[in-house]
Amino acid sequence: MSDADLIRLRSFLAELAPQGRAALLPALHAAQQFHGWIPEAVATEVGRALAVPLADVHGVIDFYEMLSREPMGRTVARVCNAPACALAGADDLADALCRYLKIEPDEVSPDGEFTVEHAPCLGLCDHAPALLVGEAARGSAAPDQAAEICARGGERPISFIGGDVRILTGNCGQGHPTSFTDYSSGGGYAGLKKTLTMTPQDVLAEVKAAGLVGRGGAAFPTGIKWEGAAKAAGQPKYIVCNADESEPGTFKDRILMEEDPHRTIEGMIIAAHAVGALRGYIYVRGEYPYAFNVMRDALEEARRAGVIGGNILGSELDFDIEMRLGAGAYICGEETALLESIEGKRGFPRIKPPFPTTHGLFGKPTVINNVETFCNIPLILERGAAEYRRIGTERSPGPKLFCVSGQIQRPGLYEVTFGATLRHVLFDLAGGLKQGRKLQAVLMGGAAGAFAAEKDLDVILSFENLSAAGLPLGSGAVMVFDDSADMRDVLKRLARFFADESCGKCYPCQLGARRQYEILDRAAAGRPVAGDRERLSDVGGTMIDASLCGLGQTAATAVLSAMKLWPEMFDGKK
Amino acid sequence: MADKTADVSLTIDGATTVVPAGTTILKAAEQDGRHIPTICYHEHCTANGLCRICVVEVDGVKPLVPACLSRVSEGMKVSTSSVRAERSRRTILEMLASAVDLSQAPEINKFIDDYRADPARFPDAERREYPVLDDNPMYIRDYSKCILCWRCVQVCADDAQFTYAINFKGRGFDTGIGTFFDKPMPETSCVFCGQCVGVCPTGALKPKRESLLEQGISLDEIIQATRGGKKRRRKSP
Repeated sequence: MSDADLIRLRSFLAELAPQGRAALLPALHAAQQFHGWIPEAVATEVGRALAVPLADVHGVIDFYEMLSREPMGRTVARVCNAPACALAGADDLADALCRYLKIEPDEVSPDGEFTVEHAPCLGLCDHAPALLVGEAARGSAAPDQAAEICARGGERPISFIGGDVRILTGNCGQGHPTSFTDYSSGGGYAGLKKTLTMTPQDVLAEVKAAGLVGRGGAAFPTGIKWEGAAKAAGQPKYIVCNADESEPGTFKDRILMEEDPHRTIEGMIIAAHAVGALRGYIYVRGEYPYAFNVMRDALEEARRAGVIGGNILGSELDFDIEMRLGAGAYICGEETALLESIEGKRGFPRIKPPFPTTHGLFGKPTVINNVETFCNIPLILERGAAEYRRIGTERSPGPKLFCVSGQIQRPGLYEVTFGATLRHVLFDLAGGLKQGRKLQAVLMGGAAGAFAAEKDLDVILSFENLSAAGLPLGSGAVMVFDDSADMRDVLKRLARFFADESCGKCYPCQLGARRQYEILDRAAAGRPVAGDRERLSDVGGTMIDASLCGLGQTAATAVLSAMKLWPEMFDGKK
Repeated sequence: MADKTADVSLTIDGATTVVPAGTTILKAAEQDGRHIPTICYHEHCTANGLCRICVVEVDGVKPLVPACLSRVSEGMKVSTSSVRAERSRRTILEMLASAVDLSQAPEINKFIDDYRADPARFPDAERREYPVLDDNPMYIRDYSKCILCWRCVQVCADDAQFTYAINFKGRGFDTGIGTFFDKPMPETSCVFCGQCVGVCPTGALKPKRESLLEQGISLDEIIQATRGGKKRRRKSP
């Protein structure tokens, strides 16, 4: 590192220094962007500037997949290896890129320009096979395009957006972000304006009356969460938007952020008024650099327009929002791990209780909601709870986004009202299976979900109906597999995902995810060992029963559901 | 807030017991003469609920709960050795044995016997194997024996010494304990207080002398080798 480099780095770090450890992730991102990787001398500077012990700096760098202590190519091509992209030929694509560059995965090309990596789901499942070339997404990438991909990079693919209603996605599908002006002139920020005439108690009452439950996967009632944070002692309070969408097969939050960023921001401001929060964070996963930039620019627009900052729209409300970029860790979608990550730590999930509503970010009362959840908020305030409840079912009010991917005619984002059937979404909306194919399975809720089969097609998509059918709604991922898919390969990939993404904190998941992957790896290779079914069942049961957080507790649900559907698969007979 | 001084009545394995509010299930069971196994737990370290070997079943709670962290509540019904709890304990022990060298972890080996766990349950399982690190005169680090109980990291940090010489490296199954850019201990902030060695339950951290004795080197030889160069004789008055 030259002296000039060091001076630049030091002046940047001096700006971050007052934030201390909470600026560690932004500092490491900046250092890596500047140097291409994080050498020891740079890590030392970062640790000293932010007063973080050096061993801790090392621990944080190691935790996040996208930060590296080893040299990397100036451009990293990250090729998705999740099931939907794999079925579309992602492995061949990665091979072709490596062959073209004459390197192995994770190596640096001789000219220092490229590294090719296998990546977990990139949220581009409707454009399989997909990759990120540096910060640019690219979909439907064929192996024979390797040279062109390396020369020209990516070009953001436009998602198909359909459905029975276009409420949350009303502004999506134009291929560009909705500006502040367009959002406002289309009725945006009306919910906020109405909110500012109401007391916080009335806003809380409205959200509770609407019956909104969280859309991130855990389905917790949003109003009750907000009320908990509003009543909790301690200042300042925080509103955090969980935009770490990483569940394989899920891309709804990416589209909501990339095409209609102000809806999320409006939802967060309304939450701030309801709970009395002064500060917010939007934590976007590292694999979504475009969404991150769109949200950052939209915040700047909102700040200029006076909807965030001091005395919002002339009211007493002060609230500002800061962005955080993740760095490659699925676990950070778990709410407490996300909070740890904002605090500049390894993304280890915390022990609950206490819950974030009372002991959240920096130990203060915090509301943390998913992007889609926040996007429902302006709607509730603008229309009123009673009107909102006219959408959906009695116990699952509101619109819902489903991310349809895999072996289906029209992969895309579909908005329906709760109460539609799975068959309706897959066949009426997404065009059904490809010519001459039969349905084998549908993975509901992503890797942390469960498999449905033909017999489940008429299930009504609502929290209560899916729960009765033993199927998760999860993140709204719906991944379709026809009779040509090798389900053993699919299961192996899901298991590898959890083995790669387990944080390593609790033993059941740290050890179980790896043992589960090893068993499914040999099943996929057609050489299961006697007793593997019992091993899978004990490992899976133990992860579900005894793991510390939601990641471990769901790391075996898809596998166990597959064991019920295809018991013969694990005996080496199929 | 619950009154911390009040007593709470609960049943553990069918027997009613009364303990002060704020007591953990682990301590309540202990007072009642029941032993719940623990691995990562240590009286003088912050409990993190890592090993999950202490999980118990609580009526009305779906997942099993870690007894070391979960506090009692009025009317709670705890089952310390339900089928699910025992299955989890046995499987965790089997998985631990499949990954780590437990040859010097007598407590864990006793649990393996108690729960009839099969240490060879997982064939062809990847193990965590690392070379022994012998980089300082005070202790050796044999991370093939490390079960990731976190005690050493915690006593090096806020639980005792506030030295922050070691932290985690890697992630998931490949998590390890290490120093900044894998530097040898003398080049870190380590003050050789020895507390990490004291809390290590598996022999992953071991005094250098103990390690040399195990290698068959006599105490005399060790003293010669380690003290030979030092001349600290008091000057005669």
